[in-house]
This record gives sequence, structure tokens and C-alpha cells, in this order.
Amino acid sequence: MRVAVFALRNLWRDLKSGDSAVLLAALVVAVASLTAVGFFTSRIAAGVRRQASAVLAADLRLDSPDPLSPRYFAEARAEGMRVCEEVSFATALFRGERSQLAAIVAVQPGYPLRGRVRVSATPYGPARTVESIPAPGDAWLDPRAVLQLGLRPGDPLQIGAATLRFTRVLDYRPDQGSGFVNLAPTVLINAHDLPATALIQPGSRATYAALFAGDAVAVAKFRRWLVANKRPGETLREIDDTSRQLQSATSRANRFLNLASLATVLLGAVAVAMGARRYAARHLDTVALMKCMGASQAFVLAVAIVELLALALAAIPIGALFGYLAQAGIVWLLRGVLREALPPASLAPVAVAAATVVAMLAGAALPPLLRLRRTPPLRVLRGEAAPPPIGLWLAYLLAAAALFATLWLMVRDPALVLDVSAGAIGVGLALSVAGLALVRLAGRLRASVGVAWRYGLANVARRGASSVVQVVAFGLGLMVLLLLAVVRNDLLSDWRSGLDAKAPNNYLINIRPEDIAALRSYLRAQGIEPQPMYPMIRARMTAIDSRPVGTLHFASARGRAFAEREQNLTWSAGLMPDNTLVAGRWWSPTDAAKPLVSISTEYRDALHLRIGDRISFDVAGENLTVTVASVRKVRWDSFRPNFFLVFPPRLLDGAAGTYMTALHLDQRGRAALVGLVRRFPSVSVFDVEAILAQIRAIMDRASLAIQYVFLFTLAAGVVVLLAAVQATRDERRYESAILRTLGASRQVVFKGVAAEFTALGLIAGTLGAGGASLIGWLLARRLFSLSYGFDPLVWLAGTIGGAVLVGASGMLAARRAVVTPPVEALRDD
Amino acid sequence: MQDSSKEETAVLEAGGLTKTVASPEGPLTILADVSLSVRAGETLAIVGASGAGKSTLLALLAGLDTPSSGRVAIAGTDLGALDEDGRAAVRGRYVGFVFQSFRLIPALTALENVMLPLELAGRSDARAAAAAALESVGLGARLAHYPRQLSGGEQQRVAIARAFVTRPRLLFADEPTGNLDTATGQRIADLLFGLNRDAGSTLILVTHDRELAARCARTVVIDAGRVGS
Repeated sequence: MRVAVFALRNLWRDLKSGDSAVLLAALVVAVASLTAVGFFTSRIAAGVRRQASAVLAADLRLDSPDPLSPRYFAEARAEGMRVCEEVSFATALFRGERSQLAAIVAVQPGYPLRGRVRVSATPYGPARTVESIPAPGDAWLDPRAVLQLGLRPGDPLQIGAATLRFTRVLDYRPDQGSGFVNLAPTVLINAHDLPATALIQPGSRATYAALFAGDAVAVAKFRRWLVANKRPGETLREIDDTSRQLQSATSRANRFLNLASLATVLLGAVAVAMGARRYAARHLDTVALMKCMGASQAFVLAVAIVELLALALAAIPIGALFGYLAQAGIVWLLRGVLREALPPASLAPVAVAAATVVAMLAGAALPPLLRLRRTPPLRVLRGEAAPPPIGLWLAYLLAAAALFATLWLMVRDPALVLDVSAGAIGVGLALSVAGLALVRLAGRLRASVGVAWRYGLANVARRGASSVVQVVAFGLGLMVLLLLAVVRNDLLSDWRSGLDAKAPNNYLINIRPEDIAALRSYLRAQGIEPQPMYPMIRARMTAIDSRPVGTLHFASARGRAFAEREQNLTWSAGLMPDNTLVAGRWWSPTDAAKPLVSISTEYRDALHLRIGDRISFDVAGENLTVTVASVRKVRWDSFRPNFFLVFPPRLLDGAAGTYMTALHLDQRGRAALVGLVRRFPSVSVFDVEAILAQIRAIMDRASLAIQYVFLFTLAAGVVVLLAAVQATRDERRYESAILRTLGASRQVVFKGVAAEFTALGLIAGTLGAGGASLIGWLLARRLFSLSYGFDPLVWLAGTIGGAVLVGASGMLAARRAVVTPPVEALRDD
Repeated sequence: MQDSSKEETAVLEAGGLTKTVASPEGPLTILADVSLSVRAGETLAIVGASGAGKSTLLALLAGLDTPSSGRVAIAGTDLGALDEDGRAAVRGRYVGFVFQSFRLIPALTALENVMLPLELAGRSDARAAAAAALESVGLGARLAHYPRQLSGGEQQRVAIARAFVTRPRLLFADEPTGNLDTATGQRIADLLFGLNRDAGSTLILVTHDRELAARCARTVVIDAGRVGS
């Protein structure tokens, strides 16, 4: 209690006199940047997630072969979620003599819970979104079915025992999928009409789906309940297992936002560490005096800890407020660009920021505090008496562990945290060595330079340890900023190149080999450039290493799906454009017809396969056993045709297969589909424009977020560097006073300060650029699947930017010290 | 050499104090076999040239530093038997300090600087006692001033108020007038001796100023680390 009272009183006095202001400012800056980036990224991530959930028509979806228990809906409603039921089944449609196999999807009002349905007046005509579902008695049909049946709006349509009216062409529904599974064209009807069809009888094959949507907290809670209470045979589907393409885009966007968060934590750590260092330095005399007056070591340490905690507690709300205002400002600035309102920010970033700041204070301040505790009271007589250096490795290790734990908790992306931490440690060590070298070199160089530089370099040399700390702090700060810039450039340019305006938006599948030539010439005649045709053979897996699929245990739903569902196989002589080989070797011409297979990384991971494993397939009744020869990483978000399983040429020659191709069609090209479907009735057209648009929206939003988060982090970085320089202000006051007393002009003193910081900034910036390039390369290759482009600008920005930024902020911070009349500075000391 | 004035009421006793430090040329003896005893209420000046070892002796006597050999006892407590916290507790209880360079905390006002030792001792009347102490050194109007807003003489007055405010039995003053001009030094010395007399405390003064030393009842001369005549 006595400690607390004394500490708080002391802190108040420190603050009043401006003494702890630098540390408080550093803490506030750290919290502000952490929360601003946290709030903004969480909102963007939630927005991206919402965008992605449109593909599922819901946040959560439960599929079942049997009618669903009303309990699920009641429970979800109790959580404040929106719900909706969907029943789908295959049946034949009749219009007079004509018939067509179709997938009936019966939905309730409210469908879709996420995303929007689009309709058009004519097949493949201009589409518009609607907010409603078909009215009772109405049916909205897929353009293929409309063309096959020759329907006009208002025409009657027989579905089972019911006669409905065709009113609109169904252009897109959110949960139509992109996996070519539902080959039959869709008919969307109102669930109200379902009993009249008399098609749902006990034992009839139908899929019942429950759709749920709500805020993130409710969804997470309900999800847990559902996992615990759903019956066997019911499958929970989430955003994550929808489109591969979407997943790839969102996960990279999230990763970048995480990287930005890591950068802010590291910057914050640098700011807090520098502030804490200055705090400890400022308090050496006070502690010596207190001990002279009878204070014990424990008391001194306790007072310091209480003071720091109180500072942190004060900084957290202030910083969080600034952070919230900053992100609100960004969102307001972007209001025209973000098409939809972003979900509100969660409070989680405040907790993260609080944990970070306390961990950083503990980590950064504990070593100097432990040393402070041992300040010899003799210091009151001999000002130079410093605390003995103690084995602080443990304390620094604790600090590093605290930082690591914070990063881990925040990002939960082990690979990212490990890469960035390892890089930061490596660069930190390199910076320390370089700092020491600079200190040595500065000592030698000063004989051969002018007075300002001599003063500056002498300072670097004299403040040996302090100079090294500054080089490390500036270097790490510059490094994370440059790293963010490197990854941002790579990511943005990759997105621009990957998903250009000409990305395929329509897939033609089920092309019979004998139709290929005719289809090509039809497309050319319509002014559409034909694209490569890929063979596609349907097959089912039967065994892995001679163990039948039925006896295998699968850890993930995805693994089971791969093993149990029908797969599309293809063959290719060369590696496809969006594929990179990550293991094994691609086949040579001599491997043709050999029983080999190349699998995608998803396939490998879900089924735990290795090079040399043997997989057996049932291909149209024939057994085919192949050996895994290579593993490919596939860029699914390119939207070009890609396959989990690729075989060498001629191996599948006997199997009856079809072909597929992917085209980019504009509105005029879509009109050509009307004739295409009539002329090649076997061909199925899949329009993925909607998913493409969804991904474009996500990329636009994420790119924007990336730009702004980067700018914000940059601003925070500059403030942090300023704070770090500010931390050396005291040392400068006295020196500049002495120099000026000795007759040096302000200009000479300024030049000296500039020389000192320019030298520090130059070396910090150069090494920071090196570190950023190295980690950037590592991240690009390992985590972002990007091709790393060497960018000399990074080095230029690091070297020149470092020198200018650190030099300028040094002068800015030293300005007051230099303009203070010497007498004041001398009296103070 | 032994001091002849050892008595029952000694508030400070030192015997065989030696301080040796490592130097590039090998061990360097700064202080060799110094013994002295100071009675309660006595005023003692330790004089000597610069580098003679005066300040080292003061640091050892006050328990701010530990001797290489020998012993020091304050109010009967052997400092050698205590750890640093124990020595700090003894200082907090019995000792006050005045330094050549004042050693005020720049972030604290005059009043707060004087309150500091009282607060460390857990005194609840710190503010009133400190204000009274500043009043007694003639700074009643300067309570809210920061050290940088005070002249050198005023800063040393604050330091003296801070030293006396806990009513220490033993007051160490290290060149208290060393940073001041002659006239101001004179006034500070008057104040120091006056307060010491009023408080009945024991004053141990380190100085190279013979005139100031002459105001003490007894003088010990340190020459090259040994007690001279």
C-alpha cells in the first residue's frame, strides 16, 4: 500500500514535470497503432468473411439426407440468428412433350441469408439482383433448362403433381457451387409449393439444408452447439470449405493483415523499449538518492513496477481511443470505395494491445529496472557510478518470449510468426554487430573529418552501448516497414496479374471428343477465341497402398470427401501454367502411359500422401493403380481449369471421357451461349462470374485495406522513431550547452547532431532493407505463394530513407536541446 | 593511527578503514587504516587536498560504499554486518546528507524534494513538515519552484532543508559550499551550522576549505589516504 501510494504520487510528479511523458507517449503510440490496425483489420476481415459467406448463402449450413430437426432452428433463433430451410432433389420437368432433368431447390422467404439471387428476362441476358424468392406458383429456371424446354415467361411447367408457372430466368444463386457437382440445371421454387409436387415421400432422395446467419459471436456459439448436437449423417458446411478460389484469396488477404499487425506490434515494442530505457536512465539518480535516504532495493523495484503499470493503465484507454478514432477516420475516408458498410469493430484489439503493452513493458523495462534496483547509492557522490552489469540474458529472453507469445496469441499463424520472429532476431543480431562496428569505426574516422562530423562521430563512439541500441531500434523499425512494403507490392502485383479482367468466367464441360472441332469453329464464328480443351475423366478412389477406402480412417471431412466422392481426372504432358512443383519430378516423354499421378498439395495434405504412395481408382469399371510421382501447388484463384489429379498422357486412353474448357465471356459472348446450348445439348455451361466478382470485391477491399494499413503503420513507425530519438534528448542537452558555451554556433551543434543520426540511420536503413528483402523473400515463397520480385527500390528507400528519416527526426528531437540557453541546461544537470 | 576522543556516546565509530581499488597499474590504496570516533552533537571537519581520499572516507562512513577492510558502526550498528538494504535502513533512520552538487531531483518541486525522505519513511505529515523545513531555510515562498528555477544558493538551501527534515542524528555534508560563491557559501554555512546546533545533530563535514573547517569543533586531515595531524 505504502509502495503504491508513493509510486503513484511519484508518477504524478514525474508526469507533471514532463519526465515520464516520453514513455507515456511511446505507450500511447503503441496502443493507438495496435488498436487502429487491429480495429481496421478486424472489420476488413469480417467484411471479407461476409463477402465470402455469400457463396454459401449463409454463415453456417447443415446438410442432411433426412428432414432436419426443428430444434436446430429454434436454438439458432434463440441466439438471435436468422434461419432458413432449403430442400433440393432431382426430378424431371415437363412442358408438353418435352422433358428435362433438373435439380429442384425449394426455399423459404429470407433465402439467401447471405449474398443475392440474380435473375434475367431471357437466357444469358442482362441480369439484376432481386431481394425476394419466387412467389408461390412461380418457378425460376436455369437458362439451360429454359432453352431445352423452349419456355417463354408465363408458360406452365409440370413438376411432379404440381403445375407451376415459369416467370424468370435464374441467372445466379449464391449456393450454386463451383465444383461442377450439380450438373442438372436448377429450378428455384417456393417451399410453399413443395407439398403440391408430391415428390417428397418417405424414402425419396432429397437433401435438406438448414441455413444460419448472424453476428460472429452468435455464429461461433451456435456452431459449437451444433457440432455437439447434430446427428450422424448431417454435414456442417462453413465458409472455409466452399470455394477453393475464395479461400485462397481470403487467406492471403488475412495473412497480409496479420503481417501488418505483427509489424505494428514490433514497432510498438521498439517504442516501448526505447521509452523504458530512457525511463530507467532518468531514474538512476533518483534511485541512488532514494537508497541514500534509506529505501530498500525491493522498495525501489516495487515503486518502479507500480509506476510503469500505472502508466500502462493510463496509456491503454487513451491509445485505444486514438486508435478507434484513427480507424474510424480511415473507414470514413474510404466510405465511397467500400461498397458496403463494414461490420462494426470488435473490442478484441484493445485486449491484444493491452497484453502487448504490458508484455512489452515487462520485457523491455524489466532488464533496466532490475539494473536500476542495484544502482549504488555511491552515485550521489560519484555521478559516474553505474549499477553493475548483471546477467540480464534471462530477462532479455523473457522479453523475447513475451513478445513472441503476444505475436502468437494475436495472429495464430505459426509459420508467419516464426518466419518474422526468426528474421527479426537475425536482423537484430546483424544490427548489433554493425552497430558495434560503427562505434569502432566512428572512433577512428573522426580525426579525418570536419568539426561537425567529428562531434557527431565522437558522440556515436562515446555513447557506444546507446548507439548500438539505437541502430538496432531504428533498424528493426525500418525493417518491418520495408517488409510490409515488399510483401504489399508483391501481393498487389500478383493479384493484378492473377485475376485480370479476362479471367475465365464460364466453364464448358461435358464436351464430347467428337464435338471439339465443331465447338471450336462455332466459338470462332461467334468471335470468341477458343481456349485449350482439357480431358476430364470421372473416377472414384478405391484404395490407398492396397488398403480399401472403406477401411481407411480420415482425420478431416475434406479427406473423406476426396476419398469417397467422384473425382475429375485429367492428363497432361506439361505442367499447367498455374502449377508449381513442390515435390517429386514432372514426367518426361518416356513416362507416357506409365502408371503415375501428380497430386495437388490439398490432396496430399487431406489424405496424408507421400511420393511413392500407390492410389487405386475405379475408372469406368476398370481398376487403375498409380504411384504418386509429384506434388503440385495450384493457384486456384487464377480461375483457369485446374485439377487435383493429373496423369501422364496415354495412360487414360482407354477410358471414355469428355473435355472441358474455360472462356472469358462478356455480355455479347454470353448471348452466344443460347445457340451453343441448342447446338451442343450435351455441353453444360457453368457461369462463375458471380464468384469471380465476389473474389474481385474481396481483393479490392483487401488491397485497399493493405494500402491504408501500410500507410497507417508507416505513420506509426515515424512516430515511434521520433519517440526513440526523443529518448536520447537528455544526453544531448548538456553536451550542446557545453559546446555552445565553448563558442560553437547552433549550426555547428545541429550539424553534429545531423551527422550522428545520419550515420545511425544510414547503417540501420541499409541493414533494415537487407532484412526486409530476406524475410520478404521467405514469406513470398513460403506463405503467400508469390513470385518474389527483387526490388532495388527497397534498398534505396532503406538507405536514403533511413538516413533522412532518422537524421531529420534526430534534429527535430534535438532542436529543443540545442536552442535551450546553455545556462539552463548546465544548471539542470 | 587511533583517535584519542573515543567515548561512550559515540554516534559513529570507524576502525582500520582501508579502501583498495583495482587500477590499470595494479591495486591502488585510496584509504589506509583510518580510525575515528565521533560523539553525539560533535562537529567534525575532514579536510585534505583534492584526491586525498576525503570523499571516499565520507562514502564509507555513511555506508554508501563498503571498505576493503575495517569496520564502521552508526549508532552502535555495525554496517559491515548488513547488506545493502540493511545499510539503507540505517541511513534512513539516522543519517542526512548535503552534497556539493545539491542532488535535487529535477522532476520534483522544492517542496516535493524535501517531502521525499519523509515519504520514504512513511510519514503522513510529510507536506506540512517539509513546508516548515523550507520556511526555516527562508524558502517559504518558493515551495512550488522546480530546481531549475532556483539559484545555486537556493538549491543548496532546499538540499539542507531536505537533510534536516527527518531530524537525523548524523549529518554528512560533502563540500556543501563548493559550488557557491563566497558570500552565498558563507550564508549556507551559517545556515548549516545554525540548524545543526538547533537540532543537536552530529555534523561531519568534508571540505578543502580551511576556513569552513575551522568552524567545526574538531578537524581530521586526510593526506594520501591516511589521517594526518
